[in-house]
Amino acid sequence: MHKFSVAELSKGLKNKDFSSVELTKHYLRRIDRSDLNAFITVTEDLALSQAKEADSRLAKGNANVLTGIPYAHKDIFCTKGIKTSAGSKILDPFISPYDATLSYKLNTEGMVMLGKTNMDELAMGSSNENSYYGPVNNPWDKKRVPGGSSGGSAAAVAARLSAFATGTDTGGSIRQPASLCGITGLKPTYGRVSRYGMIAYASSLDQAGPITQSAEDAALVLNTMAGFDDKDSTSMNKDVPDYTENLNNSIKGLKIGIPKEYFSEGLDDGVAKVILQSIKEFESMGAIVEEVSLPNSAYAVPTYYIVAPCECSSNLSRLDGVRYGYRCDDPKDLNDLYLRSRSEGFGEEVKRRIMIGTYALSAGYYDAYYLKAQKVRQLISEDFKKAFQRVDVIMGPVSPTTAFELDAIKDSVSMYMADIYTLSVNLAGLPGMSIPAGFSNNLPVGLQMIGNYWSEEVLLNVAHQFQTQTDWHVHLPENT
Amino acid sequence: MSLDKKQVKEIAQLARLNINDSEAQLATVELNNILNLMAELSEIDTEHVEPMAHPLDMSQRLREDVVSETDLSEEFQAIAPKTGKKHFLVPTVIE
Amino acid sequence: MVWETVIGLEIHSQLSTKSKIFSGASTSFGAEPNTQACAVDLGLPGVLPVLNKEAVMMALRFGLAVNAKINQHSIFARKNYFYPDLPKGYQISQFEIPIVGQGEIEISIAEGDTKMIGITRAHLEEDAGKSIHDMYKDFTAIDLNRAGTPLLEIVSEPDMSNAKEAVAYAKKIHALVQYIGICDGNMQEGSFRCDANVSIRKKGAKELGTRAELKNINSFKFLEKAINLEVERQQDVLEDGEKVVQETRLYDDMKNETRSMRSKEEANDYRYFPDPDLLPVDIDDALLSQIRTTLPELPTEKKSRYISEFGLNSYDAENLTSQKAFADFFESMLYEKAEAKLSANWIMGELSAALNKNQMNIKDSPISAKELSGLVKRITDETISGKIAKDVFMTMWESQRSADEIIESQGLKQMTDIAAIEPIIDKVIANNSTQVEQYRSGNKKLLGFFVGQVMKETQGKANPKQVNQLLNEKLS
Repeated sequence: MHKFSVAELSKGLKNKDFSSVELTKHYLRRIDRSDLNAFITVTEDLALSQAKEADSRLAKGNANVLTGIPYAHKDIFCTKGIKTSAGSKILDPFISPYDATLSYKLNTEGMVMLGKTNMDELAMGSSNENSYYGPVNNPWDKKRVPGGSSGGSAAAVAARLSAFATGTDTGGSIRQPASLCGITGLKPTYGRVSRYGMIAYASSLDQAGPITQSAEDAALVLNTMAGFDDKDSTSMNKDVPDYTENLNNSIKGLKIGIPKEYFSEGLDDGVAKVILQSIKEFESMGAIVEEVSLPNSAYAVPTYYIVAPCECSSNLSRLDGVRYGYRCDDPKDLNDLYLRSRSEGFGEEVKRRIMIGTYALSAGYYDAYYLKAQKVRQLISEDFKKAFQRVDVIMGPVSPTTAFELDAIKDSVSMYMADIYTLSVNLAGLPGMSIPAGFSNNLPVGLQMIGNYWSEEVLLNVAHQFQTQTDWHVHLPENT
Repeated sequence: MSLDKKQVKEIAQLARLNINDSEAQLATVELNNILNLMAELSEIDTEHVEPMAHPLDMSQRLREDVVSETDLSEEFQAIAPKTGKKHFLVPTVIE
Repeated sequence: MVWETVIGLEIHSQLSTKSKIFSGASTSFGAEPNTQACAVDLGLPGVLPVLNKEAVMMALRFGLAVNAKINQHSIFARKNYFYPDLPKGYQISQFEIPIVGQGEIEISIAEGDTKMIGITRAHLEEDAGKSIHDMYKDFTAIDLNRAGTPLLEIVSEPDMSNAKEAVAYAKKIHALVQYIGICDGNMQEGSFRCDANVSIRKKGAKELGTRAELKNINSFKFLEKAINLEVERQQDVLEDGEKVVQETRLYDDMKNETRSMRSKEEANDYRYFPDPDLLPVDIDDALLSQIRTTLPELPTEKKSRYISEFGLNSYDAENLTSQKAFADFFESMLYEKAEAKLSANWIMGELSAALNKNQMNIKDSPISAKELSGLVKRITDETISGKIAKDVFMTMWESQRSADEIIESQGLKQMTDIAAIEPIIDKVIANNSTQVEQYRSGNKKLLGFFVGQVMKETQGKANPKQVNQLLNEKLS
């Protein structure tokens, strides 16, 4: 049953091939047996009661397309009455008193939440090694990382511990783990999905999206996730199309741009080979490939690593041990309460980024850092705008390497450099996808597709067409 | 721009993070590495470029002035580290 | 050494919206602790702000009322600092581009003189919660009901040169925000808070001296005292050869001093940056025009109109327009066709005295504008004299009956019938021949005596004008 895609499961439930309760129990057993550490909290009782409810709706005939489908929810989304930790000790005691808009939407749709997935602490990391709850293992090779920050969600889908998962992407946190775990991940256009109830890392970059087995599944899930939310000022009031409608459109004549800057040193040969091969695949389907240039792409790393820490250093000030979350024992005065709660509650990487952000915003440095970075951000966006005047989709690698070993990358700068292909997409606010494109040394390689603003439909269509021609997306890790 | 240990400790205090001497030592090295990365940005000419605060080219939406929230103080205080007489409590602050 | 004082005021005016500036929680005063602090106000992880339209409209009304430049594109910024009553660890405020720019307002200083005071800017921001230090011995208690209430921070130019001017400015702004209906002005409840920036310099010097910021001033009386104390203190400091330290000082009325506040904000670097959860506020010309049309007549215009249309003098017009409630009362009386000058006198005279004595607000006056006009009209139409009217007023105050009813029931109608008055005058003249002699031989002052006698005979009801007239005729 776990080998079925969301699309297939939806049909199966409708046809009464199996019930949601059966499906849920199956996944729960798999989760229980799994040693990937993909979950922080498994919500067994809740899942079963939601499954029962779903079966009842299915029987009555008032079910939706995704009613009864079990999913894994990244622990960054607030879920009412359920622990919401964001992978951090500072929120380890936090039982959220409210539902994120996304949590509410998935619930109302009738989906079944199996549990909250492990992640890099407060969404900061590219390997899921920065979690208070321990690292997550890559199902393809348990000695390796699944990527991050949505590592738990990606591992869960890759190992078929759930039908799909939710993720968030601020600098590549959906796309990179999708790539390293051989599955499909979509980061929508900034403003497409509500951020209300999604614990904020970098407010102008964060976006939630689906992590799935296929583009078709991603389209189905995005249909529910997307939409205006009046509780989020940065949510766009724009109609949500049916993302499944145009999946089968022909991509003949599609113009694909390959940024020349993305194929320089630093990109692993094996990865480059897979990417170029997949681009040939598109050509065989009638797409036209040309070279584009994104001249400022090299500056994406420093730009991102100023903007994101600045915003997060402020966003995380509310985690102070006063009204919720972790508070240190016996604080002797207010200063002590703040210092110890925060220092004991936050991990190293989080503290590092808070410090960088605090410094960059401090008196005398604002112009040189934050303001400068926002200007370079403008330039990076303009590069894309120019490119999209000539092409419909931009393609390239997601990550310079395949999954690296746990504990392999010790210094932060090297870790940051690994985000080079994904960061600029968040800086510009564009939609981006990662789809499985092949293997290098038996490890998955993801192909990144970047679209113009609000072109999720195009991306999904292109991805789906690729997935009808190839079968990378149905490969499973051994013993799944 | 390179940071020294003293500055690092000041930044830590601004951010309400405890940092002992050896941690400060380590942090100084780490932070300087990151700052070196950012030095690249000074190469670019951005004199006539507008800063991009948001990817959305939109204005702030305005909400109608209606009371839409109810009293959930019990639920909120149930998850608080320390409360008393319906208030959140912290060690005494001297003003 | 001759010193001159430079004062600027920062006024925080709570806007009287129903809900908070960034959330839908209620702003009503006096609720049980923490019952009006929703998830957004508490700064729970993941919550987001959405801007209250009415707060924006109110800020714009203020801007237009002080002839300010309106920044039709303004930005919200985060002011970052840690304090337990600041839930998010930052206050959403406006920094580089506030919604209201440079404006001005005229104040009255002594003897009919006026002075223009510049307003540097006014911006929107959210209020913090309350910290209560004396509820527990070892703890500070936090109530977040107030967190998120909209504030308009109004910053003046350092244009005031003494405490009296500062108070005049503060009072003018206080009246204005109530006039345009954006703030209830209740200083006890904290709806209107004044901080004063005070510095001194040698007379004629160009540069400003180092300033101290005075906080915790919740009345105009304290404002004046605090400023004067601070000026004295700074003079002493400088004359001792020391330097004035830039700091925040609290005014302590009990000890009659200002003292340095333990640094809450001293070494603070607020690290302002545009709030990424909010988008720029864009106001189009159409909206501004619409707001302009909804502004009520402003105090300055009203004052001019009272002078030109109703012939009131500047002093009376100033007093009547200083508070909207008084102006409204006056205009209601005019609506009832009461005579303007007389109405003005009665409001500023008898009514104000009675209100003050009973520590009441004109809004709670037991005599309504309609009822007072009833009384005033009876003076104008000579049903009763002004003197009798005062008694009637008192009875109206106590009993809430109408003037007419009281006049009728107590038989207070003025005697205006010459046929009735004449015999009484004749009687008084007949009974006071000595005084008549004296009057006729030149002591014209005695007319008052005769008038008094007639009034005594008629229990004050004789129409004074007619009495005077008849007496003059008969005595000459």
